[in-house]
Amino acid sequence: MSATDAEIYATRSFTETEVPMIELKGVSRRFAKKLDVAAKLARKLGADVKEEVVHAVDHVDLRVRKGEVVGLVGESGCGKSTLGRIVAGILPQSEGQVLWNGQDVATLPGEAARTAKLRRQMIFQDPYASLNPRMRVADIVGEAPQVHGLIKRGGFDEYVDEQMRRAGLDPAFKRRYPHQFSGGQRQRIGIARALAVQPEFIVCDEAVAALDVSIQAQILNLFMRLRRELDLTYLFISHDLGVVEHLSDRVVIMYLGRVVEEAPTERVFTAANHPYTRSLLDSVPRIGNRKRAFATVKGEIPSPLNPPSGCHFHPRCPLAFDRCKVEVPKLKAVDSLHRSACHLNDRA
Amino acid sequence: MSAPTLEVRNLCTHFFTRAGVVKAVDDVSFTVDRGKVLGLVGESGSGKTVTGFSIMGLVDAPGRIVSGSILFQGKDLATLSEEEMRHLRGNRIAMIFQDPMMTLNPVLRIDTQMIETVLAHEKVSEDEARQRSRDALGMVGIPSPDERLKSYPHQFSGGMRQRVAIAIALLHRPELIVADEPTTALDVTIQGQILAEVQKLCATTGTAMIWITHDLSVVAGLADDIAVMYAGKVVEYGDVGEVLDKPLHPYTHGLIGSVPSRNKRGEPLRQIPGMTPSLLNLPEGCAFRARCPRAQADCVQRPELREWLPARLARCHHPHREEAAAA
Ligand SMILES: Nc1ncnc2c1ncn2[C@@H]1O[C@H](COP(=O)(O)OP(=O)(O)OP(=O)(O)O)[C@@H](O)[C@H]1O
Ligand SMILES: Nc1ncnc2c1ncn2[C@@H]1O[C@H](COP(=O)(O)OP(=O)(O)OP(=O)(O)O)[C@@H](O)[C@H]1O
Ligand code: SF4
Ligand code: SF4
Ligand SMILES: [Mg+2]
Ligand SMILES: [Mg+2]
Repeated sequence: MSATDAEIYATRSFTETEVPMIELKGVSRRFAKKLDVAAKLARKLGADVKEEVVHAVDHVDLRVRKGEVVGLVGESGCGKSTLGRIVAGILPQSEGQVLWNGQDVATLPGEAARTAKLRRQMIFQDPYASLNPRMRVADIVGEAPQVHGLIKRGGFDEYVDEQMRRAGLDPAFKRRYPHQFSGGQRQRIGIARALAVQPEFIVCDEAVAALDVSIQAQILNLFMRLRRELDLTYLFISHDLGVVEHLSDRVVIMYLGRVVEEAPTERVFTAANHPYTRSLLDSVPRIGNRKRAFATVKGEIPSPLNPPSGCHFHPRCPLAFDRCKVEVPKLKAVDSLHRSACHLNDRA
Repeated sequence: MSAPTLEVRNLCTHFFTRAGVVKAVDDVSFTVDRGKVLGLVGESGSGKTVTGFSIMGLVDAPGRIVSGSILFQGKDLATLSEEEMRHLRGNRIAMIFQDPMMTLNPVLRIDTQMIETVLAHEKVSEDEARQRSRDALGMVGIPSPDERLKSYPHQFSGGMRQRVAIAIALLHRPELIVADEPTTALDVTIQGQILAEVQKLCATTGTAMIWITHDLSVVAGLADDIAVMYAGKVVEYGDVGEVLDKPLHPYTHGLIGSVPSRNKRGEPLRQIPGMTPSLLNLPEGCAFRARCPRAQADCVQRPELREWLPARLARCHHPHREEAAAA
């Protein structure tokens, strides 16, 4: 699918009967924050210390259709990676459903569940930490497809060479270890490894964040080329709005575990609805701005352990009013393509 | 006209390692005037931090400044003794690190650290030192500074900690601040707050600042001048607007082209082929040669930093001169 087709695609709303490739329904994930020694001791002595719970992901609905690139943005700790790991099937949700091509993955029988999991792969920020330092590149790339029977007998080398070439790596280096590669090359190894199991859906979690701009451009171009060649679907997680704007058809914005806005990319960057999205966009430094006063959002990002009541954004929101402190705004349609969770939308 | 706050001339800082001599900083020159911000940009390993450390007198063995001068208000820092340097540091020149814990002591309360810093360089009463600390915290936008003074570093968020580190750097109203990627690890909304405060500060106090970053967009909004480094050398230097709008050097050109917002959505990004060469075996002549679309036979000769247009310098035999000269 060409990028323009996809763009047109993204500006179409989901129909009633359409089955997205991946769909989350009311998905939440909670983590219990373990007490440290001091707190445990205090509790033993009778102090009222509770184990704290983080709502890393809080009732999220998300749909991604085949061929789409959906960007997921938000500030540190808002739950992007947690959501990405749930989507990729490597972290169970505490609540809610994950549907793969319309089927609840929790109810899929063994073989189908395994395939559904294999079709979803994840690429991480730090390629070094996610690559086994004691394995040669050929084994890093070839192990999983071998185990899953994707390589025909005697075809290992040929298969690995093909995967490496596709990710822009010279197969001549396949006997090397990860530390013998640069950051950009290591990310290519991570990409080759993910693609080797023939996935359809890729979750990229800050996949270019650690790279220099010139190398970042090479990897982003590779992602776009692979999307066309292999008809891939991406959930692209990044805190870099420039990258997300460039790559995505649709953008989802999170704040403290909740989705606050969702719209086609163009719309988000030209006509954002949610006050948080607008503040975020104003804060992004742009290369076209010169000696300009930096716009600022007041206040710190609140602790996810103890998020503000009602709309989580209310202490920082310039437009907050009474209702915002007490009632959680629902993610509602602004129009058929655009959803936002702000009480202001209820005021005519 | 008075002397610039800082003038770095032909600075070379090399590391004498077992594998060979690493020319981390190799013929770097720039000037920073009072109240101005110089953006020092370049990719990982290009020598930005070593340049900053050289100015601060913080380069450790196996590294040392092998030649060049660092004129701070006309006085060459490279010739000062460690004792004289220590007196200047944290007093008239200060550094802000990417990791605020390089500045902060984790086991001491903020007030203890700040008051000690004031008293180390000035003969004032403790009350006055406390007052100064409070004012500095207020200046970087920390709410209820009186209360905050009594906290420990771990009780702050990353953004708050960085603000405290900046406040400490401001305690003596230094004439020069070297800031090494202080907002890189922070969220955009917090980065925006800090950049706004820094901007206000330089304008009101006349502090000169070197802002080290790999993010061209930050420099675009913050700096007056920009110096672009590649493989230990400044390859382009000039007014920030001019350089970003009409770069002379092919590397700067490529770097700006790689920024996603400079490209049409969905189209392939313009990319610089290849990767940064190892400083241990740089090619002969121009270090950018193997990646440069404009390279010609004479690029095996080392190019010098040269003024191609008024106040526009580039280290290149074939810069984008016509485009840059066009209005
Ligand atoms: N395994 C875990 N145990 C406990 N808490 C966790 C765990 N994983 C994540 N969290 C918490 O859940 C929240 C969301 O974390 P997550 O990593 O999903 O955020 P993020 O948006 O990816 O942030 P970043 O931009 O920093 O990567 C955070 O408060 C985090 O501390
Ligand atoms: N102690 C040292 N011994 C040997 N080489 C060193 C030492 N410190 C720095 N270098 C080398 O000097 C070069 C410049 O490093 P520097 O830290 O200044 O880069 P930088 O531009 O700040 O990069 P980054 O963006 O990654 O911070 C690098 O190649 C680095 O490996
Ligand atoms: S619901 Fe209220 S506080 Fe939340 S974004 Fe809307 S106006 Fe602001
Ligand atoms: S000197 Fe030659 S190789 Fe180097 S940047 Fe200029 S044109 Fe390119
Ligand atoms: Mg994350
Ligand atoms: Mg550095």
